[in-house]
Amino acid sequence: MSLSLVTLFLLSTMVFLGGQVLPGNVGRAILGPFADQRAVDALNHSLGVDRPLLTQYWTWISNFVQGDMGTSYIFRSPVAPFVIDALGNSMKLAAVAFVLVVPIGILGGVIAALNLNRPLDRIISLGGLSVTVLPEFVTGIILILIFGVWLRWLPISAAWPKDAGFFTQLYYLILPSLPLFLVLFGYIARMARSGMIEALDSDYTRTAVLKGLPWRTVIWRHVLRNALMPTITVIATQTGYLIGGLVVIETLFRYQGIGSLIFTAARGKDFPMLESGILTIGIVYAVATLIADFLYSVLNPRIRLGSEQ
Amino acid sequence: MTEPAKAKNALELDDLSVAYRVNGRNRAVLRNLSLTIGQGEAYGLVGESGCGKSTVALTVVRYLPRNGSITGGAISLDGQDVMKLDGEALRRARAESVSMVYQDPGKALNPSIRIGRQLTEIFELAGISGKGAEDRAIAMLNRVRISDPAGVMQRYPHQLSGGMQQRVAIAMALANDPSMLILDEPTTGLDATVEAEVLDLIAQLRRELSASILFISHNLAVVSNMCDRVGVLYAGMLVEEGPTDVVFNDPRHPYTVALLRCLPRGGQRKDQGRLDTIPGFLPGIGAAIKGCAFADRCALADERCRTELPPLYDLSDQRGTRQSRCHYHDKAQALPRTTPSDGASAPKPATAPVLRVAGLNKTYASHGHALRAVKDVSLDLRPGETLGLVGESGSGKTTFARLLLGLVPPDDGGTIELEGKALAPKLANRGDDQVKAMQIVFQNPDSALNRSHSIRHILGRALKRLAGLSGKAQEARLEDLIRSVRLTDRHLAVKPRQLSGGLKQRVAIARAFAGDPRIVVCDEPTSALDVSVQAAILNLLADLQAKQDVSYIFISHDLGVVRYLSDNIAVLYLGRIMELGPSEEVFSGPHHPYTEALLSAVPKLDQTETARIRLDGEIPSATNPPPGCVFQTRCPRKIGPICEQQEPPLAEAQPGHSIRCHIPYSELAQLQKAAVTELA
Repeated sequence: MSLSLVTLFLLSTMVFLGGQVLPGNVGRAILGPFADQRAVDALNHSLGVDRPLLTQYWTWISNFVQGDMGTSYIFRSPVAPFVIDALGNSMKLAAVAFVLVVPIGILGGVIAALNLNRPLDRIISLGGLSVTVLPEFVTGIILILIFGVWLRWLPISAAWPKDAGFFTQLYYLILPSLPLFLVLFGYIARMARSGMIEALDSDYTRTAVLKGLPWRTVIWRHVLRNALMPTITVIATQTGYLIGGLVVIETLFRYQGIGSLIFTAARGKDFPMLESGILTIGIVYAVATLIADFLYSVLNPRIRLGSEQ
Repeated sequence: MTEPAKAKNALELDDLSVAYRVNGRNRAVLRNLSLTIGQGEAYGLVGESGCGKSTVALTVVRYLPRNGSITGGAISLDGQDVMKLDGEALRRARAESVSMVYQDPGKALNPSIRIGRQLTEIFELAGISGKGAEDRAIAMLNRVRISDPAGVMQRYPHQLSGGMQQRVAIAMALANDPSMLILDEPTTGLDATVEAEVLDLIAQLRRELSASILFISHNLAVVSNMCDRVGVLYAGMLVEEGPTDVVFNDPRHPYTVALLRCLPRGGQRKDQGRLDTIPGFLPGIGAAIKGCAFADRCALADERCRTELPPLYDLSDQRGTRQSRCHYHDKAQALPRTTPSDGASAPKPATAPVLRVAGLNKTYASHGHALRAVKDVSLDLRPGETLGLVGESGSGKTTFARLLLGLVPPDDGGTIELEGKALAPKLANRGDDQVKAMQIVFQNPDSALNRSHSIRHILGRALKRLAGLSGKAQEARLEDLIRSVRLTDRHLAVKPRQLSGGLKQRVAIARAFAGDPRIVVCDEPTSALDVSVQAAILNLLADLQAKQDVSYIFISHDLGVVRYLSDNIAVLYLGRIMELGPSEEVFSGPHHPYTEALLSAVPKLDQTETARIRLDGEIPSATNPPPGCVFQTRCPRKIGPICEQQEPPLAEAQPGHSIRCHIPYSELAQLQKAAVTELA
């Protein structure tokens, strides 16, 4: 817990410093190359970017902690609504991808392990690996061509009409989430598969089998829980990617997620927006890790109870 | 309830062959193995690791690894042909008639399920659920002598000690009241006292149950105590079989003879000559064997042995049915000794100690409690001498070794002097000379050697770091070094994983000796090795000591091994020295009651039943040691309130022999004379 706070602090510092040393003059960037130097200076002053770095950081971080993410340089309005909107959108997309990939990935890995070295295992393992190594802009374009242009089953843009209901939004999100599914499927399936193989080869599984328990009980009660513990950690580390690392997908499907928000902010040198966006992703990431640790400790009594010796 | 008609034999293996598929080829592991175990009989199966013992067990329960297959023969369990069973019938056989306990109980229990649940699910299979299953489970835990069974039911495996875990595993195996119980090295890796407890338990249960037992072990003494009959397995073949006492006292196969000679017995010590070893190696799995499988390692072998596979000669006499797979079974005991027993080395003149430890303490903070892992330890070690450290797990042996090596700093106040100079508490503050003067050999050479480097690289680096040698000088020293641990040039190019356990341990020893150390700490260096390899390593250590005058701190829970190599013994309990003295005096007594209990716990080859002093319960927690004498809670010779009120001092009873006990030395002598049992 305290470790995640330290991580977040370091992240914020790095983001802030990195943002400031990026070459560029905020006022000049906003007003354009033909603006009067005095106007640029005045704007810089009113934005506060001519103050010492430490002061700027302190103002920003203390406001951030209180929920005030500052004012966007570009939009001249508070950053928070932008970030919150984008985060909401990103979470919707991530949730759809997550709901698709986690059960199917785990199931794939489990099935592969139970059919070790048989054709089914090879299809899942090799297939998973092949689609994982394809970058999402390649699979994204291919999927758009197949489902959006050729078959016309799904909309090629994720931007749903205004006031769309839950199911309509879901419908719009299926295509963008498919490339994510493909990227993560192989990864999760592989972790689940190796966890399963290890658990199946373990002495406690042998004990369970030799007790005469039916195979189904052995798998459900004795194998799965131990086998999937490492997978949970892996899934948590992928949450950060699912929420913050989707610039390409969001651009491709014209989706207003936090990835494209950050990208836009970085190009426009909109530091408050950029920094808040990144820090928000950091927080999401830290929370996901915490949840994973919690789940892991619930599943693993050795962590939960410690050793009494 | 009517007893179903039982087959004559609980288990019959008939001409059984098993192979493992490696690199696309089937390699024979068991070769035409036939044996029978009668109803209620305990049968021991012995042999070096790799001879196929565990494969026998796994074949009987049809749980071979994926690449294993039965290539011929038949297995009949209680009259039922195991190989003809379909999935459901096999499951029922496992649920109803056969159970198995194996080594490493920590892994055999599911880490994320409570003990209670792991037991009740067995009863659920038999149609008993809910409260009924729980009551049965508690009864089962009572049966394996677990106090507080209801509490243990609520725990997870990691919250139990190794001995308790194995009891639980045994309870699980017995829960279905099997007719066949397979015990595969059930005590390997447990402490001597815990091992004795578990064996006692099995022996008692044997009398209560009707189960037949297949007992697999590389520990001959354990088998001799437990089993009616014994089979000796070599390269997947039965080479000798017969009643246990007959086979062990009058072996008729050279392999059995050689195995028995590897053990340090009868209080044998390093100055009374070297241990016998078995030269060469077990044939690899799948090796083509033309004549006798043991011929290559047998000094008696002639042309006939190399070309003609000996049948199992029937040697039955009035002592029982027995057989031996040796053409010259009548001459087997004439097997020449492999190592000449060289004369006793001259007693060493008294010299200044190389290591002097005074008032050493180590306290760990554990959840707000002080854990005194080592308390007030003082001792001396002379050049060329071995100090044996014995005691149960948790007695502070390893912590003491780590303090000496500077891996953990001791509490303030204590001193460690090396050759008259005080050693800094932390390794980082010690001089280069001091660092290389003290080295360590671990139990597990696998984790001690870098697996991605060649042996040449590993030893070359050690020579550079510890002896400051490079180039030609390093090459020359490297040659010497590998020759001194009896490795050859061809071993230099390979990586650790290509070597056997014994060879790896030689490399680890060579590494420790690279910088001409004054003291080598040996932490259970032979515990993971077969008896034949153990003997070779012990010989090597004794030779190196005689040649280089190096001193050893030798940690082992095998008291026979400690006795063989040690000049002095320190017996530790809860971080305190309970007894310290010359090896012979400590072993022959009179000794501390704790030492007495430790010694009587050792399974012996030559004796059938000895009055055993049982240590009840577990070693107490060091965070909360008992008041008074720390051993009083388990002491079989406790004399009264004084034991609970005052901690006895470590008093010199004889010159050089100190005991921490309230009972006077002369009285201990009398008490123990009655029960004196010479350690075989």
